[in-house]
Amino acid sequence: MSLLENINKLFDHRVRLGIMSILMVNENVNFKRLKELLEVTDGNLASHIKALEKANYLSVQKSFIDRKPNTQYAATRLGKKEFQKHIDALEEIIKRKN
Amino acid sequence: MKEKNYHQEISDIRNLMNRSSRFISLSGLAGIMAGVYALIGAAFAYVFLFQNQSSYINASTRSADFRFVLIDLALVAFLSIATAIIISLRKARKNDEKIWDQTTRRLLLNFLIPLATGGIYILIKLGQEHYGLSAALMLIFYGLALVNASKYTLGSIRYLGYAEIIAGIICAIFPGYGLWFWAFGFGILHIIYGSLMYVNEQKSA
Repeated sequence: MSLLENINKLFDHRVRLGIMSILMVNENVNFKRLKELLEVTDGNLASHIKALEKANYLSVQKSFIDRKPNTQYAATRLGKKEFQKHIDALEEIIKRKN
Repeated sequence: MKEKNYHQEISDIRNLMNRSSRFISLSGLAGIMAGVYALIGAAFAYVFLFQNQSSYINASTRSADFRFVLIDLALVAFLSIATAIIISLRKARKNDEKIWDQTTRRLLLNFLIPLATGGIYILIKLGQEHYGLSAALMLIFYGLALVNASKYTLGSIRYLGYAEIIAGIICAIFPGYGLWFWAFGFGILHIIYGSLMYVNEQKSA
């Protein structure tokens, strides 16, 4: 099953896959926007972000706008590379099946 | 590893990428309506300016004509924009999408930079009584604005942009036919593109 070698376990979840998909095509995205797009609860989203951050797939930048915390997320170079590998693997599997 | 629906996964990824980075509530209907307004506006301009050539050009009739054309243009632009906003709002509500988010702001900004640059430039030239090439410049800058905006909305709008730019360049080669090229670029091209888009929307709906 060498085909599945490039399937990244970390992306094997709807929310984490969603976060990375969004960060691939947007430079920076804040927490609220991620929540809107993915339609998940705060706690759920935060835990998945933490997992991706731990793997160094995304970077976190905290700042304040009008004294309210505003946290921006961006995909790291490593994160983009790993995600691309994951997509390529998915496409390869689909191709072989047909 | 359990059997999974990889097709579904890929389509989820694509969907999120589009939804998070592109404004997708544009409708072909807005394009068709913009084309119709432009043709009506061009017809008004034609009747008022070119039918009564008896009033031979002098300073006062010229400034009156000038004002008429500006009001005509402003009306066409206003009606087109208002229609596009109303149709987009309705479409977004139907698809349960938020209309005023980051993708909308990014689309508008990237559309308005070339458009406002061209608009201000043309107004300055008009203020200096350089009337020639106004139609060509409008077409060219509008085309550039569409090409620039196409990265943030439905990709096919890029081709409408190319067509407008080409129409503008050809227009510049034939001075004196500005109104005709203007009517073609803003009227006919909008109607053609809007209809193609509309047919696609109905098909995918």
